[in-house]
Amino acid sequence: LASPPRAVNVDLQTDATLQVDISDALSERDKVKFTVHTKSTLPNFKQNEFSVVRQHEEFIWLHDSFVENEDYAGYIIPPAPPRPDFDASREKLQKLGEGEGSMTKEEFTKMKQELEAEYLAIFKKTVAMHEVFLCRVAAHPVLRKDLNFHVFLEYNQDLSVRGKNKKEKLEDFFKNVVKSADGVLVAGVKDVDDFFEHEKTFLLEYHNRVKDASAKSDKMIRSHKSAADDINRIASSLYTLGTQDSTDLCKYESLLKLLTFLCFKIEARVAADEDLKLADLLKYYLRESQAAKDLLYRRSRALVDYENANKALDKARAKNRDVLQAETSQQLCCHKFEKISESAKQELIDFKTRRVAAFRKNLVELAELELKHAKGNLQLLQSCLGVLKGNT
Amino acid sequence: MAASSDRNPPPFPSSEEPEAGLSDMADGDSDEGEDIFVNNSNPVAVSRGVSQPDGVNEEPPDLFSEEEASNPITKSNGVHSDDDNDLFAEAHVELSTDKSGNSSGKDLSSVSGPRTTSSFNQSPASMQPTSLEQLEEEEAKDSFDVDVAVTNPEKVGDGMNAYMAYKVSTRSSLPMFRSKTFSVRRRFSDFLGLYEKLSVKQSLHGCIVPPPPEKSVVGMTKVKVGMDDPSSVEFVERRRAALERYIQRVVSHPSLLQDPDVREFLERDDLPRAVNTQALSGAGFLKMINKASDAVNKMTIKMNESDTWFEDKFQEVENEEQQLRKLHALVDSLVNHRKELCGNTAVFAKSMAMLGNSEDNTALSRALSQLAEVEDKMEQLHQEQAASDFFIFAELLADYIRLLGAVRGCFDQRMRAWQRWQEAQSTLQKKREAEAKLLWANKPEKLQQAKEEITEWEARVTQYERDFDRIGMTVRKEVLRFEKEKAKDFKSQIIKYLEAMLQSQQRLIKFWEAFLPEAKAIA
Repeated sequence: LASPPRAVNVDLQTDATLQVDISDALSERDKVKFTVHTKSTLPNFKQNEFSVVRQHEEFIWLHDSFVENEDYAGYIIPPAPPRPDFDASREKLQKLGEGEGSMTKEEFTKMKQELEAEYLAIFKKTVAMHEVFLCRVAAHPVLRKDLNFHVFLEYNQDLSVRGKNKKEKLEDFFKNVVKSADGVLVAGVKDVDDFFEHEKTFLLEYHNRVKDASAKSDKMIRSHKSAADDINRIASSLYTLGTQDSTDLCKYESLLKLLTFLCFKIEARVAADEDLKLADLLKYYLRESQAAKDLLYRRSRALVDYENANKALDKARAKNRDVLQAETSQQLCCHKFEKISESAKQELIDFKTRRVAAFRKNLVELAELELKHAKGNLQLLQSCLGVLKGNT
Repeated sequence: MAASSDRNPPPFPSSEEPEAGLSDMADGDSDEGEDIFVNNSNPVAVSRGVSQPDGVNEEPPDLFSEEEASNPITKSNGVHSDDDNDLFAEAHVELSTDKSGNSSGKDLSSVSGPRTTSSFNQSPASMQPTSLEQLEEEEAKDSFDVDVAVTNPEKVGDGMNAYMAYKVSTRSSLPMFRSKTFSVRRRFSDFLGLYEKLSVKQSLHGCIVPPPPEKSVVGMTKVKVGMDDPSSVEFVERRRAALERYIQRVVSHPSLLQDPDVREFLERDDLPRAVNTQALSGAGFLKMINKASDAVNKMTIKMNESDTWFEDKFQEVENEEQQLRKLHALVDSLVNHRKELCGNTAVFAKSMAMLGNSEDNTALSRALSQLAEVEDKMEQLHQEQAASDFFIFAELLADYIRLLGAVRGCFDQRMRAWQRWQEAQSTLQKKREAEAKLLWANKPEKLQQAKEEITEWEARVTQYERDFDRIGMTVRKEVLRFEKEKAKDFKSQIIKYLEAMLQSQQRLIKFWEAFLPEAKAIA
């Protein structure tokens, strides 16, 4: 697999001190093996350039280690890449194989090509998502120094991080339940700081709207795909029809059909590209905005802890018991809260900058892609019509 | 005789009511009508299959080799636009000519039997008119020119006894008509009645009689009950267009045009109501054809064809009919999915508008709102595309499925003629044997009678043989004519379809070109 182009959704500053990319990927039966390639001038690494092979679970392990690290509470943790999911595509290919007998050789070949292209597209996307995650980490001033990250990049053996077992998954589930209950509690606390109050309101609404838009764009894509599938089948059928005719007159007809077939093909292809661009962008920002919300939540938690520590200190002073302990605790909470607030502010500003840049890039690319395709279609249609109408 | 494809013909039709409001096809929901038929009302100069004279000058280009066709498929539908760089490199069309292309001219000249120059002219009437506003006239070039339009559906009466009356307008310079332009009002059963009369008379000669559109109890009931919803409007328009194509095909057939029933249908103000039209529509029609086929299959004496043309052609027709059915089902599915896509796009557009509202960067917010508007316009494009798929493509397929049934019918007629001839021959044989016996038994009066019968049957045998030969020639001629018409028809419809697509793409370009600067302005 040739090195996939840089992640489309994010605009990252990279520098020579640490560059990470996924140089290769291999899709096996039930897993994908990513070759993570690093180039670095940092002294932490034994070599300047090296590669390791990682699987999805190891990415998740790395992500989770960031989330669980208290020191990183004040940062937007780059969202974990979604699990590679080839099930649907594989199922379609399998169904095609089963139905081979019921269609003509041409139909089968064409459908197979289409499905393989689809599989390839999904594959490329999953590689890109994993790469984006690593690049975001590498671009982050603090996270890039994380020890686990370096181990992830450099350690050329299996990290032996098996997927979470049932018990762990259940624990996660409860953690999330508690979090959302807390979230409701915490969201009610009005923030003294205008900046954060605004961000909270904004992010809550924004996240919901992105979620909605993402779901609706998926639905739209599915319809478009269904229509495109129909068009493919029609094209194959037209092709069969054409080859059956024996007289010269009808051969002309079969040429006409080939033309139609081609125009159809163009439309079917375009449907996939442009929809995916927008849909992927929305999906990505759904995850990012969730990560930003998580940051706000952690800050709110820290604020609540701080306020509780204040109350505890007051109580301790009133009773004149364990005052020192209460003071230390309060100072720690204060420090933690301020640290988070400071970095959170910068993170949220960066998030906005990144978001605006990413949308701009993608919307421009989307428009350019649409135009390119439409102009190509137009040219093709004009040529076809010219020929059909007898003007050569 | 090549006709130029870009003529601007005088507008149809007669001096009667101004047909200015032609886009109001249904006398009711003109809005709905316009939505659906925005494409059709665009006065693009569509050639009505003009550019295929004898086929000799027309060398269909080898535009796309199979390899080219498959390349777009193997390009991955990737996320990254970089993949798309070379897509349209291969789309630069190679216009190489295919010499072996269209020798339809040669084919036609090999057809036996008399042919008037008019039979194989490109009758404009045989072309499916793009829409009322675009009915083009091919005047004077053709030695017979008849143009018929079916317009202005109007509901007559109330409740379950109500029916739709259509205006049937004819324009012709032929002397057989009472005037150059005239019109009458007809209802659906009148069209069916015409078919019944024609099929009884003409199919005996091996003529391919165009079948009428199908009855639809559900569709019609809704209209009767007075529902003005889009689907009813669509139904009426669909029927109107189908009736128009039907009658166009009838008048463009040289033999059928001469039939007095056709003239009566077009001219007579008060047409007696047709009865027994139940059997002749939709399922009924097919049942009739299939029954005839069964009868033929049950024939004990198998024909020994000296010329395999008939067998081969029949097989071709059967296969093609099957393929078209399959294709029609697929197009139906496509129409449904596109309608679904419409709905989903509209919903998506709204969600993007909402997202734009909550975005706090002003320029991005504006761009997202713009995007929402573009998506809304896309929805409209999808809807029009669906209509195009349906009205142009699906209906074309449906017509030809029915027509192919009619073609099969005339093959069966020929078989029946053969059967009649064979049976007459065997009867003659029996009579001769009887005569021989009588000669031997010496019964003079009976002998006289026997001789008379033999003479009678000899004449019959000769007659039936001649009939069989004649019907064979007619069938051949008809099939060749049919194939030529079919090629023209498909071509003209495909042109229409592609032109609709072309306009779609042009509008798409406009939308995105307007959006691009907004996207670039994001900061």
